[in-house]
Amino acid sequence: MLDYSLKRLASAVPTLLILITVAFFLIRIAPGGPFDAEKALPPEIEANLEAKYQLDDPLVVQYVRYLGDILMLDFGPSFHYRDWTVNELIAQGAPVSFTLGAIALLLAMLMGTTIGVWAALKQNTAADYATMSIAMIGISVPNFVMAPLLVLAFAIGLGWLPAGGWDGSVSRMVLPSIALALPMIAYIARITRGSMIEVLHSDFIRTARAKGLPEREVLVRHALKPALLPVISYLGPAAAAILTGSVVIERIFTIPGIGSHFVQGALNRDYTLVMGVVIFYGVLIIVLNYLVDLVYAWLDPRIRYDG
Amino acid sequence: MTAESTAPEKDAFEQAMDRRPVKGRSLWVDAWHRLKRNKAALTGAGILVFIVLLVTIGPLLNPWDHEIPDWDHYSTPPSLETGHLMGTDALGRDLFERVMVGGRISLLVGLVATLVSLAIGVLYGATAGYLGGRVDNLMMRAVDAIYALPFMFFVILLMVVFGRNIFLIFVAIGAVNWLDMARIVRGQTLSLKNKAFIEAARAAGATERQVIVRHIIPNLLGVVAVYVSLTIPQVILVESFLSFLGLGVQEPLTSWGALVNEGAQELETAPWSLLFPAAFLAATLFAFNFLGDGLRDALDPRDR
Repeated sequence: MLDYSLKRLASAVPTLLILITVAFFLIRIAPGGPFDAEKALPPEIEANLEAKYQLDDPLVVQYVRYLGDILMLDFGPSFHYRDWTVNELIAQGAPVSFTLGAIALLLAMLMGTTIGVWAALKQNTAADYATMSIAMIGISVPNFVMAPLLVLAFAIGLGWLPAGGWDGSVSRMVLPSIALALPMIAYIARITRGSMIEVLHSDFIRTARAKGLPEREVLVRHALKPALLPVISYLGPAAAAILTGSVVIERIFTIPGIGSHFVQGALNRDYTLVMGVVIFYGVLIIVLNYLVDLVYAWLDPRIRYDG
Repeated sequence: MTAESTAPEKDAFEQAMDRRPVKGRSLWVDAWHRLKRNKAALTGAGILVFIVLLVTIGPLLNPWDHEIPDWDHYSTPPSLETGHLMGTDALGRDLFERVMVGGRISLLVGLVATLVSLAIGVLYGATAGYLGGRVDNLMMRAVDAIYALPFMFFVILLMVVFGRNIFLIFVAIGAVNWLDMARIVRGQTLSLKNKAFIEAARAAGATERQVIVRHIIPNLLGVVAVYVSLTIPQVILVESFLSFLGLGVQEPLTSWGALVNEGAQELETAPWSLLFPAAFLAATLFAFNFLGDGLRDALDPRDR
């Protein structure tokens, strides 16, 4: 187990390096710079600014310096929000994004697995088909379409919930987290149903039934754990989906999280902020994938010895 | 060295080999029979045909232009009286026309970007699978490394960096979306290479060409077809996502994602400008997903 986790850790490092490198050079070769404005700055001032932020060094030198800074967990100053460092911006937005994402993920897991197991138990009945059709709709309606529709129905139409903003109150969390979770609920429901059906047809379940266990016992003690394995391995992609989803959801609901910084930062050529967000998200996804793999290997010993 | 070159008196074995199997139970006919029984997939296909026809023919029959406003009607709801079947947007442009034109772009992006990812993925995957060994290992490690990256962020970065140009959307999405295709094609090639029926075909005297044409390609095509039908909606989704953020298709052109974005901003005054493009986008994705699922069940029954 330790061997496996070290091996997996070793493969996460190059991924992270690729991520940082590609993002760094990509945004640097972009036309336009962080000091572009309606009115062009005098060249001397621009040169001074570039000197201050050390943008006048050769690109490779900047790259190496940036790698060094990241190792010290220093993402540098923001070019657009003067007086702010990227660390501060991320530290400010992270709790908000994290709360939203965690609620959405929890919601997706609970609802998705419940619906999936239920549909599997009713396999090939009208209820099963109806549930899976609704799940397909859930997968097909992207969350940036679902979110304004929810606002239209529950904020503007019924007036039950606020349409946007963020103050930490539950009422403002409901719509965004549902909008973020819905496609995932559908996806997890489909995965769970599929694996549950497969498990229910396997030999060890037949054995459990044959030895006279009550159906409830068979489901809870024998079928559930193996059926949920694929859901665990979906958690990695799910986390990535939540992070990308948060970019649009935070925009629609005007939530001051990290996701809203990303697009705006890219448009402002705020090099350091964009890099900071990409790296932060990248590390998060890689770490989550790593943890998911570990949990998976721990639950399913076959994985560990596969290499 | 098969039928033509045989001596006049054939022995029983050769006669048996000569006789072609009953025509009509090929993989494709078989798959077609399975697909025909799948109502959801057929419904999906029907919806798609309808949407494609509507998007192609609709603008020809519609008197309005997608750019030129109707100065008398700003933000009017759908009505037969004004002739705006889906109403107008805040600038007075006919929404029906805009949804149709946007649909053309969305579908086109879906198709072209999928072809880009298909070309890259098949080439990469087939090479890795065919060569095998260390090269394969290295190539697939690279795919794994890229796979772990938050790919949507790269597409966004690409769009920001290289300007918002429609051809770039094709390439950017296609170039990032080829990973799945490469993995699948590689796996399929690898497993096909060593399959018993390939060996059997060779043993029965099939030439290398026959093996490739009759056995390898058809078996690869099925899987590729399934993933093409599942990739198209993904690509349409990515394009809409970008356009929604204002990074994709630019005015005066539009796409469903861009229209949803506009509609979301006029939510309170003109809900129809959100509902129509949203419905078309969702229906298209829905139909593609159902069709793709049906195709998978039909062509790749193991995976059910």
